[in-house]
Amino acid sequence: MNKEHNKAKKFGMVIDLDKCTGCGSCMVACMAENNVPFKADETNKLDSITWMRVYKLTNGKSFPDADFCYLPRPCMHCEGEHGHSPCVSVCPATATDYSHETGIVSQIYTRCFGCRYCMAACPYHARYFNWWDPVWPEGMEKSLNPNVSVRMRGIVEKCSFCYHRYQLAKEKAYYEDRREIEEQEYQTACTQACPAGAITFGDLNNPEHAVHELKKNPNAFRLLERLGTNPKVYYISSREWVRLAGDNYLRQEGKSEKN
Amino acid sequence: MSTSVDQKKEVSTEVGDGAGGFAILFFLLGLVASLIVGWVAFPKLLYSQKNQPIDFNHELHIGLVDEGCESCHFFREDGTYSGVPKLEQCIGCHEEVQGQSKDEAVFVEQYVKPGREVPWFIYAKQPECVFFSHVAHVKAGGMDCVTCHGHIGESSSLKVYEENRITGYSRDIWGKNISGIKTNTYDRMKMDDCSECHVKKGVNQSSVQTGKGACFVCHK
Repeated sequence: MNKEHNKAKKFGMVIDLDKCTGCGSCMVACMAENNVPFKADETNKLDSITWMRVYKLTNGKSFPDADFCYLPRPCMHCEGEHGHSPCVSVCPATATDYSHETGIVSQIYTRCFGCRYCMAACPYHARYFNWWDPVWPEGMEKSLNPNVSVRMRGIVEKCSFCYHRYQLAKEKAYYEDRREIEEQEYQTACTQACPAGAITFGDLNNPEHAVHELKKNPNAFRLLERLGTNPKVYYISSREWVRLAGDNYLRQEGKSEKN
Repeated sequence: MSTSVDQKKEVSTEVGDGAGGFAILFFLLGLVASLIVGWVAFPKLLYSQKNQPIDFNHELHIGLVDEGCESCHFFREDGTYSGVPKLEQCIGCHEEVQGQSKDEAVFVEQYVKPGREVPWFIYAKQPECVFFSHVAHVKAGGMDCVTCHGHIGESSSLKVYEENRITGYSRDIWGKNISGIKTNTYDRMKMDDCSECHVKKGVNQSSVQTGKGACFVCHK
């Protein structure tokens, strides 16, 4: 088989926090696309599953300096060093894995036995445990996405960067005798749902993709970069306090360390 | 005194020999019985046997169509695979009863006329967590249908569908041979068989954990 279609990709995301209005469309789109289970009562947040979650940050100051920022958090698909992301390194079941071909951290539900080491290892709270079997309101099981397998009780799940969409995009490309897919052929559900256009998705290795330039923005940062997780989700904010909050900077640190 | 003790010893060893013989006999009987249970009775119990609703004749149809398998098992324009044909494709010829076969009459009466889809059993159906792309294998990989599906296209009658009572999977996934030995590429279609071929054909082995094929190639 020729190696051409196997050029290493590194799918990633750039989220412009100045554009995010915190509307939550990305969360809704993600849940619908990926058959994420929910319960009648979602008030217990230890029990709810949100592959994509919007957090609210505040600068802790009072009026007139009070400011807040919404921060959507998918799985960061950490590359770590040579693909040794925190969760992949600890998984004893080989249920989660890092692929050098796409840079996506996979989670195989039928392989996972629910030890939750990965959840402990993940510094982003991007992983969720199924404490219960999913129960869909009557009739809703008919509208589940057939391209995403549903999960069962006792296993961990997380954002997959809508990997099934990559699979489908590749099928179409093969049908049309192409080896490579276009940027627009593979986009995550949250990217497409964002009404503000805050999320940009693409191959970080490909200079033709928008994310390649966006991640070089001087205001771009990643969450908890100092841990060395090497995440593939970048954030952009023109506000310094947001950029500092992204890496848990202490009050006495700051400007000198992060320019 | 000593002689009687010796005699007793002799007696006891004789009795011991007899018991040992029985033990071996029972062991062998038990072994044979459990081998029969394991290799013959269990597989029979494990799989339920179901006949296809219509006994389809592949050999007959393949002589009548122009493009071989792809005439009925085609790719859609978005690259997805149509799988087992729907009534829509049969109806062109089968609106009226063709030929003398009994199955044909049943097919037209019970399925074509009321517009009811035939509930075919799918021999090669993979578990829900598997994403299998036909187009990647056939168009991009240049493989033929026989490699995975065997010579079903030349058969004049459909074989019995065997379903694993525990998992609900078709027996074609594990294979006919209960010990898992395969002689042809299409004898089995488990994960190991997929990865074996992927290694041979040089598909990227890009997993960090295993150094083998990544999970998100065939899984979803």
